[in-house]
Amino acid sequence: MERMNNRKPDELRPVTMKVGILGRADGSAMVRLGNTVAIAAVYGPRELHPKHLQDNTKAILQCNYAMAPFSTIERARPGPSRRSIEISKVTREALEPALFLEEFPRAVIDVYIIVTQANAGTRTAGINAASLALADAGVSMRGLVTAVAAGKIGDEFVLDLEGEEEEQSSCDLPIAYMPNEKKFTLLQMDGDLPKEDVEKVIKLAVKGCEILYEKQRAALREKWIKEEI
Amino acid sequence: MNIQKQYMFDLIAKNLRIDGRAVDEFRPITIETNVISQAEGSALVTLGGTKVLTGVKMEVGEPFPDKPNEGVLIVNAELSPIAAPTFELGPPDEEAIELARIVDRGIRESKAIDTEKLCIEEGKKVWIIYVDIQPLNHDGNLIDASGISAIAALWTTKMPGYDNEKVIYEQKVGNLPMREKPIPMTFGCLNGKLILDPNIIEENAISSRITVTTKDNGNICALQKGGVGELTMEMIEEAMRISIEKGREIRKLIKTQ
Repeated sequence: MERMNNRKPDELRPVTMKVGILGRADGSAMVRLGNTVAIAAVYGPRELHPKHLQDNTKAILQCNYAMAPFSTIERARPGPSRRSIEISKVTREALEPALFLEEFPRAVIDVYIIVTQANAGTRTAGINAASLALADAGVSMRGLVTAVAAGKIGDEFVLDLEGEEEEQSSCDLPIAYMPNEKKFTLLQMDGDLPKEDVEKVIKLAVKGCEILYEKQRAALREKWIKEEI
Repeated sequence: MNIQKQYMFDLIAKNLRIDGRAVDEFRPITIETNVISQAEGSALVTLGGTKVLTGVKMEVGEPFPDKPNEGVLIVNAELSPIAAPTFELGPPDEEAIELARIVDRGIRESKAIDTEKLCIEEGKKVWIIYVDIQPLNHDGNLIDASGISAIAALWTTKMPGYDNEKVIYEQKVGNLPMREKPIPMTFGCLNGKLILDPNIIEENAISSRITVTTKDNGNICALQKGGVGELTMEMIEEAMRISIEKGREIRKLIKTQ
Protein backbone atom coordinates (compact mmCIF):
# COMPACT_ATOMS: atom_id res chain seq x y z
CA MET A 1 0.00 0.00 0.00
CA GLU A 2 1.14 3.52 -0.82
CA ARG A 3 1.11 5.84 2.16
CA MET A 4 1.44 9.60 2.23
CA ASN A 5 5.09 10.68 2.24
CA ASN A 6 6.10 7.08 1.36
CA ARG A 7 5.77 5.90 4.91
CA LYS A 8 5.68 2.22 5.83
CA PRO A 9 2.47 1.09 7.56
CA ASP A 10 4.19 0.85 10.95
CA GLU A 11 6.32 3.94 10.51
CA LEU A 12 5.87 7.09 12.55
CA ARG A 13 6.03 10.52 10.95
CA PRO A 14 9.38 12.27 11.42
CA VAL A 15 9.52 13.13 15.11
CA THR A 16 11.17 16.09 16.81
CA MET A 17 11.00 16.59 20.56
CA LYS A 18 12.50 19.45 22.53
CA VAL A 19 12.43 20.02 26.26
CA GLY A 20 12.68 23.37 28.04
CA ILE A 21 11.61 25.58 25.16
CA LEU A 22 9.77 28.23 27.20
CA GLY A 23 11.38 30.61 29.68
CA ARG A 24 8.67 31.39 32.23
CA ALA A 25 7.14 27.96 32.62
CA ASP A 26 8.43 25.54 35.27
CA GLY A 27 8.58 22.88 32.60
CA SER A 28 7.96 22.93 28.87
CA ALA A 29 8.30 20.89 25.72
CA MET A 30 7.54 20.83 22.02
CA VAL A 31 6.60 17.74 20.05
CA ARG A 32 6.41 17.64 16.28
CA LEU A 33 5.11 14.68 14.30
CA GLY A 34 5.21 15.56 10.62
CA ASN A 35 3.01 18.63 10.27
CA THR A 36 1.44 18.37 13.68
CA VAL A 37 3.08 20.47 16.38
CA ALA A 38 2.08 20.77 20.03
CA ILE A 39 3.75 22.78 22.76
CA ALA A 40 3.12 22.30 26.46
CA ALA A 41 3.87 24.38 29.54
CA VAL A 42 3.68 23.20 33.14
CA TYR A 43 3.34 25.41 36.22
CA GLY A 44 3.65 24.04 39.71
CA PRO A 45 3.22 22.34 42.00
CA ARG A 46 2.01 25.72 43.28
CA GLU A 47 -0.64 26.95 45.69
CA LEU A 48 -4.18 26.47 44.46
CA HIS A 49 -6.61 29.35 44.64
CA PRO A 50 -9.38 29.61 45.57
CA LYS A 51 -8.57 27.63 48.69
CA HIS A 52 -11.84 25.71 48.82
CA LEU A 53 -10.72 23.85 45.70
CA GLN A 54 -7.64 22.51 47.48
CA ASP A 55 -7.39 18.81 48.28
CA ASN A 56 -5.79 18.05 51.63
CA THR A 57 -4.56 14.67 50.48
CA LYS A 58 -3.01 15.47 47.10
CA ALA A 59 -2.32 18.03 44.43
CA ILE A 60 -4.92 18.55 41.76
CA LEU A 61 -4.00 18.40 38.10
CA GLN A 62 -5.55 20.84 35.66
CA CYS A 63 -5.12 20.46 31.90
CA ASN A 64 -6.11 22.74 29.11
CA TYR A 65 -5.87 21.72 25.45
CA ALA A 66 -6.38 24.43 22.85
CA MET A 67 -5.83 24.82 19.13
CA ALA A 68 -4.28 28.04 17.87
CA PRO A 69 -6.64 29.80 15.43
CA PHE A 70 -3.99 29.55 12.71
CA SER A 71 -3.32 25.84 13.26
CA THR A 72 -5.82 24.63 10.68
CA ILE A 73 -6.48 25.45 7.01
CA GLU A 74 -9.80 27.02 7.91
CA ARG A 75 -9.33 29.27 10.93
CA ALA A 76 -10.23 27.54 14.19
CA ARG A 77 -12.43 29.69 16.43
CA PRO A 78 -10.50 30.55 19.58
CA GLY A 79 -11.88 29.60 22.97
CA PRO A 80 -13.14 26.28 24.29
CA SER A 81 -15.22 24.01 22.11
CA ARG A 82 -17.01 20.81 23.10
CA ARG A 83 -14.21 18.90 21.42
CA SER A 84 -11.44 20.75 23.27
CA ILE A 85 -13.21 20.38 26.62
CA GLU A 86 -13.43 16.62 26.12
CA ILE A 87 -9.79 16.41 25.01
CA SER A 88 -8.68 18.45 28.02
CA LYS A 89 -10.50 15.97 30.24
CA VAL A 90 -9.10 12.80 28.68
CA THR A 91 -5.63 14.37 28.61
CA ARG A 92 -5.80 15.05 32.33
CA GLU A 93 -6.92 11.47 32.91
CA ALA A 94 -4.11 10.19 30.69
CA LEU A 95 -1.44 12.07 32.65
CA GLU A 96 -2.71 11.74 36.20
CA PRO A 97 -1.87 8.01 36.63
CA ALA A 98 1.79 8.87 36.03
CA LEU A 99 2.05 11.48 38.77
CA PHE A 100 2.70 11.18 42.51
CA LEU A 101 0.11 13.85 43.30
CA GLU A 102 -0.11 12.72 46.92
CA GLU A 103 3.33 14.27 47.48
CA PHE A 104 1.89 17.77 47.08
CA PRO A 105 -1.23 18.23 49.20
CA ARG A 106 -3.24 21.44 48.62
CA ALA A 107 -1.23 22.27 45.51
CA VAL A 108 -2.13 22.50 41.84
CA ILE A 109 -0.22 21.47 38.76
CA ASP A 110 -1.34 23.30 35.64
CA VAL A 111 -0.69 21.90 32.19
CA TYR A 112 -1.34 24.11 29.17
CA ILE A 113 -1.19 22.58 25.70
CA ILE A 114 -1.38 24.60 22.51
CA VAL A 115 -1.51 22.99 19.10
CA THR A 116 0.27 25.34 16.72
CA GLN A 117 -0.02 23.12 13.65
CA ALA A 118 -2.76 20.54 13.21
CA ASN A 119 -2.56 17.69 10.77
CA ALA A 120 -4.15 14.79 12.71
CA GLY A 121 -2.97 13.36 15.99
CA THR A 122 -3.11 16.61 17.95
CA ARG A 123 -4.35 15.14 21.24
CA THR A 124 -1.60 12.52 21.23
CA ALA A 125 1.08 15.06 20.32
CA GLY A 126 -0.23 17.22 23.16
CA ILE A 127 0.01 14.36 25.65
CA ASN A 128 3.58 13.56 24.55
CA ALA A 129 4.56 17.20 25.01
CA ALA A 130 2.74 17.50 28.35
CA SER A 131 4.40 14.38 29.71
CA LEU A 132 7.81 15.79 28.79
CA ALA A 133 6.97 19.19 30.27
CA LEU A 134 5.92 17.54 33.55
CA ALA A 135 9.22 15.67 33.71
CA ASP A 136 11.04 18.89 32.82
CA ALA A 137 9.28 20.67 35.69
CA GLY A 138 10.63 18.03 38.05
CA VAL A 139 7.22 16.72 39.09
CA SER A 140 7.69 13.22 40.54
CA MET A 141 6.44 10.64 38.08
CA ARG A 142 6.06 6.86 37.90
CA GLY A 143 7.10 7.04 34.29
CA LEU A 144 6.55 8.94 31.07
CA VAL A 145 3.22 8.86 29.26
CA THR A 146 3.49 8.34 25.54
CA ALA A 147 0.67 8.64 23.03
CA VAL A 148 -0.07 7.89 19.39
CA ALA A 149 -3.02 6.89 17.20
CA ALA A 150 -3.35 3.97 14.81
CA GLY A 151 -5.94 2.79 12.32
CA LYS A 152 -6.67 0.52 9.39
CA ILE A 153 -6.71 1.63 5.76
CA GLY A 154 -7.97 -1.05 3.39
CA ASP A 155 -6.39 -4.27 4.64
CA GLU A 156 -3.38 -2.55 6.17
CA PHE A 157 -2.93 -1.58 9.80
CA VAL A 158 -1.32 1.85 9.91
CA LEU A 159 0.45 3.78 12.63
CA ASP A 160 0.24 7.51 13.31
CA LEU A 161 -2.40 8.66 10.83
CA GLU A 162 -1.81 11.97 9.12
CA GLY A 163 -3.99 14.33 7.11
CA GLU A 164 -6.36 12.54 4.78
CA GLU A 165 -5.42 9.15 6.16
CA GLU A 166 -7.71 9.89 9.08
CA GLU A 167 -10.64 10.06 6.63
CA GLN A 168 -9.58 6.88 4.77
CA SER A 169 -9.06 4.83 7.90
CA SER A 170 -11.84 2.55 9.10
CA CYS A 171 -11.03 3.67 12.62
CA ASP A 172 -9.14 6.34 14.51
CA LEU A 173 -7.82 4.91 17.74
CA PRO A 174 -5.62 7.11 19.92
CA ILE A 175 -3.98 5.63 23.01
CA ALA A 176 -1.78 6.92 25.79
CA TYR A 177 0.47 4.29 27.28
CA MET A 178 3.10 4.01 29.98
CA PRO A 179 5.70 1.73 28.42
CA ASN A 180 7.52 1.01 31.69
CA GLU A 181 4.30 -0.16 33.34
CA LYS A 182 2.58 -1.55 30.24
CA LYS A 183 -0.58 0.33 31.20
CA PHE A 184 -3.06 2.30 29.11
CA THR A 185 -4.06 5.71 30.40
CA LEU A 186 -6.04 6.91 27.38
CA LEU A 187 -8.09 4.83 25.00
CA GLN A 188 -10.56 6.20 22.51
CA MET A 189 -11.82 4.94 19.21
CA ASP A 190 -14.26 5.86 16.56
CA GLY A 191 -14.78 3.74 13.52
CA ASP A 192 -16.13 0.33 12.63
CA LEU A 193 -13.99 -2.77 13.07
CA PRO A 194 -14.30 -6.31 14.42
CA LYS A 195 -12.79 -7.01 17.85
CA GLU A 196 -9.74 -8.87 16.49
CA ASP A 197 -8.82 -5.91 14.29
CA VAL A 198 -9.28 -3.46 17.15
CA GLU A 199 -6.81 -5.52 19.17
CA LYS A 200 -4.30 -5.40 16.33
CA VAL A 201 -4.69 -1.63 16.01
CA ILE A 202 -4.11 -1.21 19.75
CA LYS A 203 -1.01 -3.40 19.62
CA LEU A 204 0.36 -1.41 16.70
CA ALA A 205 -0.19 1.82 18.62
CA VAL A 206 1.66 0.31 21.60
CA LYS A 207 4.59 -0.40 19.29
CA GLY A 208 4.54 3.25 18.21
CA CYS A 209 4.48 4.37 21.84
CA GLU A 210 7.55 2.30 22.61
CA ILE A 211 9.47 4.11 19.87
CA LEU A 212 8.21 7.52 20.99
CA TYR A 213 9.18 6.66 24.57
CA GLU A 214 12.83 6.35 23.55
CA LYS A 215 12.60 9.70 21.73
CA GLN A 216 11.12 11.31 24.84
CA ARG A 217 13.94 9.96 26.98
CA ALA A 218 16.50 11.21 24.50
CA ALA A 219 14.92 14.68 24.53
CA LEU A 220 15.06 14.81 28.32
CA ARG A 221 18.63 13.57 28.37
CA GLU A 222 19.60 16.24 25.86
CA LYS A 223 18.53 18.98 28.24
CA TRP A 224 19.36 17.46 31.61
CA ILE A 225 22.41 15.20 31.25
CA LYS A 226 25.68 17.08 31.00
CA GLU A 227 28.34 15.69 28.69
CA GLU A 228 31.07 13.83 30.49
CA ILE A 229 34.40 15.56 30.23
CA MET B 1 -9.72 4.86 52.27
CA ASN B 2 -13.29 4.77 53.53
CA ILE B 3 -14.82 1.61 54.95
CA GLN B 4 -17.29 1.11 52.11
CA LYS B 5 -14.54 1.24 49.51
CA GLN B 6 -12.39 -1.21 51.47
CA TYR B 7 -15.41 -3.50 51.79
CA MET B 8 -15.95 -3.42 48.02
CA PHE B 9 -12.27 -4.17 47.44
CA ASP B 10 -12.49 -7.18 49.81
CA LEU B 11 -15.61 -8.38 48.02
CA ILE B 12 -14.23 -8.02 44.50
CA ALA B 13 -11.19 -10.08 45.49
CA LYS B 14 -13.73 -12.91 45.80
CA ASN B 15 -15.51 -11.81 42.59
CA LEU B 16 -18.43 -10.43 44.60
CA ARG B 17 -20.15 -7.07 44.36
CA ILE B 18 -21.82 -4.85 46.92
CA ASP B 19 -25.27 -5.35 45.40
CA GLY B 20 -24.86 -9.10 44.93
CA ARG B 21 -24.40 -9.00 41.17
CA ALA B 22 -21.92 -11.05 39.14
CA VAL B 23 -19.01 -9.01 37.78
CA ASP B 24 -20.47 -9.14 34.25
CA GLU B 25 -24.10 -8.63 35.24
CA PHE B 26 -26.14 -5.67 34.01
CA ARG B 27 -28.77 -4.28 36.36
CA PRO B 28 -32.45 -4.89 35.40
CA ILE B 29 -33.30 -2.62 32.51
CA THR B 30 -36.59 -1.36 31.16
CA ILE B 31 -37.09 0.70 28.03
CA GLU B 32 -40.29 2.64 27.57
CA THR B 33 -40.74 4.47 24.29
CA ASN B 34 -43.03 7.26 23.06
CA VAL B 35 -43.29 8.77 26.50
CA ILE B 36 -43.30 12.42 25.37
CA SER B 37 -46.14 13.34 23.06
CA GLN B 38 -44.53 16.62 21.91
CA ALA B 39 -41.29 14.95 20.81
CA GLU B 40 -40.76 13.23 17.47
CA GLY B 41 -39.27 10.30 19.37
CA SER B 42 -38.57 9.54 23.01
CA ALA B 43 -37.52 6.88 25.45
CA LEU B 44 -37.29 6.44 29.19
CA VAL B 45 -34.68 3.95 30.33
CA THR B 46 -34.37 2.64 33.85
CA LEU B 47 -31.20 0.78 34.67
CA GLY B 48 -31.43 -0.31 38.28
CA GLY B 49 -31.99 3.02 40.05
CA THR B 50 -30.70 5.08 37.16
CA LYS B 51 -33.33 6.82 35.06
CA VAL B 52 -32.66 8.65 31.80
CA LEU B 53 -35.19 10.35 29.58
CA THR B 54 -34.27 11.17 25.99
CA GLY B 55 -36.28 13.18 23.51
CA VAL B 56 -35.71 13.64 19.79
CA LYS B 57 -36.77 16.86 18.11
CA MET B 58 -36.36 17.69 14.43
CA GLU B 59 -35.91 20.98 12.65
CA VAL B 60 -34.87 22.06 9.18
CA GLY B 61 -31.56 23.83 8.81
CA GLU B 62 -28.34 24.11 6.86
CA PRO B 63 -26.07 21.10 6.32
CA PHE B 64 -22.37 21.10 7.15
CA PRO B 65 -20.39 22.44 4.16
CA ASP B 66 -18.41 19.17 3.85
CA LYS B 67 -21.58 17.05 3.88
CA PRO B 68 -24.06 19.08 1.80
CA ASN B 69 -26.49 16.20 1.23
CA GLU B 70 -26.65 14.79 4.74
CA GLY B 71 -28.84 15.50 7.73
CA VAL B 72 -27.20 16.72 10.92
CA LEU B 73 -27.13 14.92 14.27
CA ILE B 74 -26.74 16.95 17.47
CA VAL B 75 -26.50 15.15 20.80
CA ASN B 76 -26.70 17.09 24.04
CA ALA B 77 -26.84 16.02 27.67
CA GLU B 78 -28.09 18.12 30.59
CA LEU B 79 -26.84 17.00 33.98
CA SER B 80 -29.43 18.81 36.04
CA PRO B 81 -29.43 18.81 39.88
CA ILE B 82 -32.72 16.95 39.60
CA ALA B 83 -30.67 13.76 39.02
CA ALA B 84 -28.00 14.07 41.72
CA PRO B 85 -26.96 16.47 44.50
CA THR B 86 -23.50 16.68 42.90
CA PHE B 87 -24.81 18.20 39.67
CA GLU B 88 -25.00 21.97 39.38
CA LEU B 89 -26.96 24.38 37.24
CA GLY B 90 -25.19 26.08 34.37
CA PRO B 91 -23.78 25.30 30.96
CA PRO B 92 -22.72 21.67 30.32
CA ASP B 93 -19.49 20.84 32.17
CA GLU B 94 -16.86 18.40 30.95
CA GLU B 95 -18.75 15.43 32.38
CA ALA B 96 -21.91 16.33 30.44
CA ILE B 97 -19.94 17.07 27.29
CA GLU B 98 -18.05 13.77 27.45
CA LEU B 99 -21.29 11.87 28.06
CA ALA B 100 -22.97 13.46 25.04
CA ARG B 101 -19.93 12.91 22.86
CA ILE B 102 -19.66 9.20 23.75
CA VAL B 103 -23.32 8.69 22.84
CA ASP B 104 -22.91 10.78 19.69
CA ARG B 105 -19.86 8.80 18.60
CA GLY B 106 -21.67 5.45 18.87
CA ILE B 107 -24.59 6.66 16.75
CA ARG B 108 -22.41 8.47 14.22
CA GLU B 109 -19.70 5.86 13.75
CA SER B 110 -22.13 2.94 13.42
CA LYS B 111 -24.00 5.02 10.80
CA ALA B 112 -27.14 4.25 12.75
CA ILE B 113 -29.08 7.00 10.95
CA ASP B 114 -29.22 7.06 7.16
CA THR B 115 -28.44 10.78 7.08
CA GLU B 116 -28.41 10.97 3.29
CA LYS B 117 -32.15 10.38 3.32
CA LEU B 118 -32.54 13.52 5.43
CA CYS B 119 -31.55 15.94 2.69
CA ILE B 120 -34.29 18.28 1.47
CA GLU B 121 -32.26 20.55 -0.83
CA GLU B 122 -28.59 19.81 -1.31
CA GLY B 123 -26.29 22.32 0.38
CA LYS B 124 -29.24 24.37 1.63
CA LYS B 125 -31.80 22.43 3.60
CA VAL B 126 -31.52 19.25 5.57
CA TRP B 127 -33.17 17.79 8.65
CA ILE B 128 -31.40 18.51 11.92
CA ILE B 129 -31.94 15.82 14.54
CA TYR B 130 -31.61 17.00 18.12
CA VAL B 131 -31.12 14.21 20.65
CA ASP B 132 -31.51 15.68 24.14
CA ILE B 133 -30.54 13.46 27.03
CA GLN B 134 -32.02 14.30 30.42
CA PRO B 135 -30.93 12.07 33.30
CA LEU B 136 -33.64 12.01 35.98
CA ASN B 137 -31.84 9.92 38.58
CA HIS B 138 -28.12 9.19 38.68
CA ASP B 139 -27.60 5.84 40.36
CA GLY B 140 -24.49 5.02 38.34
CA ASN B 141 -23.59 4.33 34.71
CA LEU B 142 -25.29 7.25 33.01
CA ILE B 143 -23.35 6.45 29.83
CA ASP B 144 -25.09 3.17 29.06
CA ALA B 145 -28.51 4.34 30.20
CA SER B 146 -28.11 7.47 28.03
CA GLY B 147 -26.79 5.61 25.00
CA ILE B 148 -29.56 3.04 25.15
CA SER B 149 -32.28 5.65 25.66
CA ALA B 150 -30.92 7.73 22.76
CA ILE B 151 -30.93 4.83 20.30
CA ALA B 152 -34.34 3.62 21.55
CA ALA B 153 -35.74 7.13 21.08
CA LEU B 154 -34.30 7.41 17.56
CA TRP B 155 -35.80 4.07 16.57
CA THR B 156 -39.27 5.35 17.49
CA THR B 157 -38.85 8.76 15.86
CA LYS B 158 -41.52 9.79 13.37
CA MET B 159 -40.59 12.39 10.79
CA PRO B 160 -42.75 15.56 10.83
CA GLY B 161 -44.10 16.98 7.60
CA TYR B 162 -42.40 19.78 5.68
CA ASP B 163 -44.20 22.09 3.30
CA ASN B 164 -43.88 25.69 2.18
CA GLU B 165 -40.67 26.28 4.16
CA LYS B 166 -42.40 25.13 7.33
CA VAL B 167 -42.13 22.08 9.53
CA ILE B 168 -45.57 20.66 10.20
CA TYR B 169 -45.19 18.94 13.54
CA GLU B 170 -48.81 17.74 13.59
CA GLN B 171 -48.08 15.56 10.56
CA LYS B 172 -46.20 12.28 10.81
CA VAL B 173 -44.88 11.26 7.43
CA GLY B 174 -42.98 8.10 8.25
CA ASN B 175 -40.15 6.75 10.31
CA LEU B 176 -36.71 8.25 10.74
CA PRO B 177 -34.45 6.19 8.42
CA MET B 178 -32.57 3.95 10.89
CA ARG B 179 -30.11 1.15 10.18
CA GLU B 180 -28.21 0.17 13.32
CA LYS B 181 -28.58 -0.22 17.07
CA PRO B 182 -25.23 0.73 18.61
CA ILE B 183 -25.11 -0.34 22.28
CA PRO B 184 -22.59 1.10 24.75
CA MET B 185 -21.36 -1.11 27.60
CA THR B 186 -19.43 0.51 30.43
CA PHE B 187 -17.14 -1.22 32.90
CA GLY B 188 -15.52 0.11 36.03
CA CYS B 189 -12.07 -0.92 37.14
CA LEU B 190 -12.40 -1.77 40.84
CA ASN B 191 -9.04 -2.56 42.42
CA GLY B 192 -7.79 -4.12 39.20
CA LYS B 193 -10.98 -6.01 38.30
CA LEU B 194 -13.58 -5.11 35.70
CA ILE B 195 -17.21 -4.75 36.74
CA LEU B 196 -19.98 -4.25 34.20
CA ASP B 197 -22.51 -1.46 34.77
CA PRO B 198 -21.17 0.07 38.01
CA ASN B 199 -23.82 1.47 40.33
CA ILE B 200 -23.30 4.85 42.02
CA ILE B 201 -21.50 3.42 45.07
CA GLU B 202 -19.15 1.43 42.84
CA GLU B 203 -18.72 4.37 40.50
CA ASN B 204 -17.35 6.45 43.37
CA ALA B 205 -14.76 3.77 44.15
CA ILE B 206 -13.49 2.86 40.68
CA SER B 207 -10.21 4.24 39.39
CA SER B 208 -11.12 4.14 35.72
CA ARG B 209 -13.83 3.04 33.35
CA ILE B 210 -14.01 1.81 29.80
CA THR B 211 -16.95 2.04 27.40
CA VAL B 212 -17.19 -0.24 24.36
CA THR B 213 -19.93 0.47 21.81
CA THR B 214 -20.88 -2.42 19.52
CA LYS B 215 -22.87 -2.65 16.30
CA ASP B 216 -25.49 -5.23 15.27
CA ASN B 217 -22.81 -7.42 13.66
CA GLY B 218 -20.63 -7.31 16.77
CA ASN B 219 -18.15 -4.83 15.30
CA ILE B 220 -16.82 -2.17 17.63
CA CYS B 221 -17.63 1.41 16.67
CA ALA B 222 -16.45 3.39 19.69
CA LEU B 223 -14.17 3.09 22.69
CA GLN B 224 -13.61 5.49 25.54
CA LYS B 225 -11.54 5.23 28.66
CA GLY B 226 -12.36 7.58 31.51
CA GLY B 227 -11.09 8.21 35.00
CA VAL B 228 -7.64 8.72 36.42
CA GLY B 229 -6.60 5.06 36.61
CA GLU B 230 -4.99 2.76 34.08
CA LEU B 231 -6.06 -0.23 32.00
CA THR B 232 -4.16 -3.31 30.84
CA MET B 233 -4.41 -4.97 27.44
CA GLU B 234 -6.15 -7.97 29.08
CA MET B 235 -8.81 -5.67 30.55
CA ILE B 236 -9.46 -4.03 27.18
CA GLU B 237 -9.82 -7.42 25.50
CA GLU B 238 -12.17 -8.67 28.21
CA ALA B 239 -14.30 -5.53 28.02
CA MET B 240 -14.66 -5.93 24.25
CA ARG B 241 -15.58 -9.63 24.55
CA ILE B 242 -18.27 -9.07 27.19
CA SER B 243 -19.65 -5.99 25.39
CA ILE B 244 -20.23 -7.92 22.18
CA GLU B 245 -22.07 -10.66 24.08
CA LYS B 246 -24.14 -8.47 26.42
CA GLY B 247 -24.81 -5.86 23.76
CA ARG B 248 -26.68 -8.51 21.80
CA GLU B 249 -29.09 -9.06 24.72
CA ILE B 250 -29.80 -5.36 25.20
CA ARG B 251 -30.24 -4.81 21.46
CA LYS B 252 -33.17 -7.25 21.45
CA LEU B 253 -35.02 -5.00 23.90
CA ILE B 254 -35.03 -2.04 21.53
CA LYS B 255 -38.21 -1.89 19.54
CA THR B 256 -37.99 -1.62 15.80
CA GLN B 257 -40.39 0.85 14.22
